[in-house]
Amino acid sequence: MDPVVLFFVLGVVARLVKSDLRLPEALYETLSIYLLLAIGLKGGVELAKHPIGTVAPQAMAIVVMGLLLPLLAYPILRFIGRLNNFDAAAIAAHYGSVSVVTFAVGLAFVTKRGIAYEEYMPLFVALLEVPGIIVGILLARLHTLKSVHWGELAREIMFGKSVVLLVGGLCIGWLAGPQGIDPMRGLFFDLFKGVLALFLLEMGLVAASRLSDLKKSGPFLIGFGVVIPVLFSFIGAGLGALLGLSLGGTTLLAVLAASASYIAAPAAIRIAVPEANPSLSIGAALGITFPFNLTLGIPLYFEIAKMLHK
Amino acid sequence: MNTHPKQLLVIIGEATLEKFLVRDIKGFGAHGYTIAEVRGGGEHGTRDAEWEGSRSIRIEVVCEEAVAEKIAEHVIAHYAKNFSLSLYVSQVGVIRKDKY
Repeated sequence: MDPVVLFFVLGVVARLVKSDLRLPEALYETLSIYLLLAIGLKGGVELAKHPIGTVAPQAMAIVVMGLLLPLLAYPILRFIGRLNNFDAAAIAAHYGSVSVVTFAVGLAFVTKRGIAYEEYMPLFVALLEVPGIIVGILLARLHTLKSVHWGELAREIMFGKSVVLLVGGLCIGWLAGPQGIDPMRGLFFDLFKGVLALFLLEMGLVAASRLSDLKKSGPFLIGFGVVIPVLFSFIGAGLGALLGLSLGGTTLLAVLAASASYIAAPAAIRIAVPEANPSLSIGAALGITFPFNLTLGIPLYFEIAKMLHK
Repeated sequence: MNTHPKQLLVIIGEATLEKFLVRDIKGFGAHGYTIAEVRGGGEHGTRDAEWEGSRSIRIEVVCEEAVAEKIAEHVIAHYAKNFSLSLYVSQVGVIRKDKY
């Protein structure tokens, strides 16, 4: 297990034994801004080395995947889980969108093993944040589309902090290029793993607190939080192989498909679909799927990618 | 010291609502507001402010009684059903009556 994941486990254990450990809110905010910017910058620098003609068709296929994933999750939640329309759509949006930190742990996984990957992949992270949320909102509001204030919502979704920082980082990295970013390498690239470890300690505390939310919702969501990521990882890995991505790239696309958003989606969905119970979507995404992906999921998606990559 | 009676309206709610509440408060004619980040718990569980989704704010508005009433009615009608929200009013004495 990667040592960064052990920091996450430490956070979970600290919460379960009711330790008084609590990271200041300002630190959580700072670390999350750092991670989003650093991932964006790294992707931007690499993106500058690739012709748009290679990346654009891949990007389009990946957006289509982002639109499809919530459409697959919704009927399972609605008809097998018997959730109401709002809760099903809200959870589908969370699982259609992606988790940047899960991607960061996936990056640490492939880097540690020396597996090559398309280093511009942060572009795909940014692209996958939004479509799932939009489809989720459409599913929730299908019968009352006229009552949706799309202008306000678009601002909420497109200019939420995670999208602004990822896309901003990508643009700065792309414009500045490797030489321009070089003086900042120490801060944004060399310290990355240490900051990720600290952030995961905090996420361990948060994820363990969310587990109690799920006690009320029963076993369905717990199963959903494990089964859906694995199913979706096949779709991500399959698409990666189809697009001719490297083994590392295929693994990371599987990780992205399997991950569930806990920054962009909760903020947008709380406003767009206030009728949905946030403890269900966040309980599943943060309490079940996030820990599962970090510990068992990522190694499993690597095996799935290896299988489909041959 | 001479004081003048005004209403202090306090709204405690999810931080997601901040910009909507501020818009409403200004829209109903309050002259100002103060926001603080807070933690707490209630029928919607514990809101521990550990991450984006569990942040809460407390908004204080000192205003005329009629304005406080309009804001409170609007906030309850629009947000109380789906968001964790707590509202209360009290009478306060202000020193500069034209400020509020």
